[in-house]
Amino acid sequence: MPMQSYAEALVDALYDSLAADPRVSLIGSYVLGLGPQRHLMDRVRKDFPDRLVDPPTAEAGAAATGIGAAMAGVRPFVDLGTGSFPYLAWSQIVNEAAVSYYMSNGRIPVPVTFHLLHGVRGAGAPQHSHSPQAMLCNAPGLEIVAPATAADVYGLVRAAFASQNPTVVVSHAKLLGIKSEVPAQKQPIPLGRADIKRSGRDVTIVANSLMTQISLAAADTLAAEGVEAEMVDLRTLSPLDEATILASVARTGRLVVVDECPLRCGIASEVAAVVAEHGFGLLKAPVTRVTRAQVPVPYSQPLEAAVTPDAAKIVAAVKRTLGKRV
Amino acid sequence: MSLRDELAWPLLEKMLLVRRFEEAVLRLSDEKQFIGHYHLYIGQEATGVTLISLLEPRDRLATTHRNHGHVLARGADPGRAMAEILGRATGLYGGRGGTIHLGDPDLGFISTSGIVGGCISLGVGAGYACRQRGEGAIAAVLFGDGALEEGISFEALNIASLWHLPVLFICENNSTGSWAPGQGYPTLVHASSDLCSIAKSVNMTTMRMDGADVSAVHSAAIEALALCRAGKGPVFLEAVTRRWPGNNPLWPEPVTGATDLRMATGEIAPSGEHADWLSHHDPVLRLASRLATGAGAARIASLDATVCRRIEDAVKFALASPFPAAETALERVFA
Repeated sequence: MPMQSYAEALVDALYDSLAADPRVSLIGSYVLGLGPQRHLMDRVRKDFPDRLVDPPTAEAGAAATGIGAAMAGVRPFVDLGTGSFPYLAWSQIVNEAAVSYYMSNGRIPVPVTFHLLHGVRGAGAPQHSHSPQAMLCNAPGLEIVAPATAADVYGLVRAAFASQNPTVVVSHAKLLGIKSEVPAQKQPIPLGRADIKRSGRDVTIVANSLMTQISLAAADTLAAEGVEAEMVDLRTLSPLDEATILASVARTGRLVVVDECPLRCGIASEVAAVVAEHGFGLLKAPVTRVTRAQVPVPYSQPLEAAVTPDAAKIVAAVKRTLGKRV
Repeated sequence: MSLRDELAWPLLEKMLLVRRFEEAVLRLSDEKQFIGHYHLYIGQEATGVTLISLLEPRDRLATTHRNHGHVLARGADPGRAMAEILGRATGLYGGRGGTIHLGDPDLGFISTSGIVGGCISLGVGAGYACRQRGEGAIAAVLFGDGALEEGISFEALNIASLWHLPVLFICENNSTGSWAPGQGYPTLVHASSDLCSIAKSVNMTTMRMDGADVSAVHSAAIEALALCRAGKGPVFLEAVTRRWPGNNPLWPEPVTGATDLRMATGEIAPSGEHADWLSHHDPVLRLASRLATGAGAARIASLDATVCRRIEDAVKFALASPFPAAETALERVFA
């Protein structure tokens, strides 16, 4: 199978969505940030100059423009930039876009797609290392996707454009350059379905976004030591695919949840709660969470690494779950 | 220039419809038929009714918590609007939005946001969509002077002006004692003594008019709409009205009583604490007194009787409507 970077596939998804539907437009074109992949957007700028506009530094205004436009029947994509900037547009995202369909009794859907670069990116310091997706999960009415591979970001972004609901696509800044296999013909992927990225009998690791890639690396390390981990990639955080999580835990009896949001009320907490509530009898050991520490993200490299999940921390957590000495 | 009578009569009918509707809302609140805060449009009817009468069916609208007048002016059924306020299943939005969120996308309403400033920013998006669709429609955004206290309003005005979007911003300034610039502004909350200057600072065409005078609103709106449709938008209108005294308490109160059109025909004179507002600032009485000459007085009485019957029917419909079934509360989170 051909290989593609996450960034290349994301750009393909934007390009193909623009080509497929004249209602689609981009508000904000620095989707790949300011890093080395940014030139990949050039072909989108070149071929769709009338359907791409860069807004002023006004995240709330840009988000609202996209939301209002979606309410009026077109399909804008709004790039919010770094994962800390949606806080500036919080009212628009969680209190306008998320509630409109419900509040109008299904009369006013909001088919807008937001994109942001989340995560501990390296020297982002407290204000540019955010992962706001767990907070966004507390806003019923938002679809939230956190892809980990080229094929998934393509398929989920295409699905986001096709969806009648407001959808937030979070891309980890460190995923952009990571290559993975893609089918010859990339396809839309339905929202709300997790994907088993690796099968295994001993333990279930649930993750999303960059943590899926890190968890797969950890699973390779564990395999070398005779532990077969099953890796469930959530792909969509809201709505959450509870059935796939529970089915995997039914096979393995053990669960480690990995997520880059802070510990409290995070994605990992929600997955743990689902299993505690609906799969308690399946568990042979307590659930373990591996998340960002409940502190802001520090700038200095050793400090940043200390608060961020990595493969070694995941391996250690799996071993604890299995009752092995770490 | 004074608006011709044959154009003014339909405006009076709509303004009376809005007025009698909201008087019924006051009664129903007093009777505890619904709970929760609400916002009345009394005193501002000339602005919304006149402006909305000039919009085309394809145009889009965004409004606020003070929406009753806008939604009825655009043609929403008073029964379904009242049912929404009472939280009934037959309401415009099945009782899910209530008084603060009346609307109807079939009438062009893209949003009715209760978050101050929210509608300005969403209205800019509607203008963006209108231009992208290329059908010549415009977005009309109605909001109060308070919305300009919010930071989002600056971002929205800047984006609309920067991208030359076909948006008509209608700031209904109901916080002032006079429509002349610099007089009676809400200086406790605005450092500026001229709200138009906020829009001017982002290079927008602005107009200010007496929002209680249908003729003034009519001529300004025609000029502003022509600019927007000619691609010379956005335009910012400031419609200045004298606040209805019933809106001064924290909770609306019927301090001026039910509108008595005999004050317009000269049969009785306004008196008491609010005589000045009734004599000079009530847009319904102002328009009615202008039209009350000759056979006009009888026509006004007959018009009012028809409107009152319609509102009575609307209230009966709403009160007789069922509440939504509790099990539907979990439905329609996602499309």
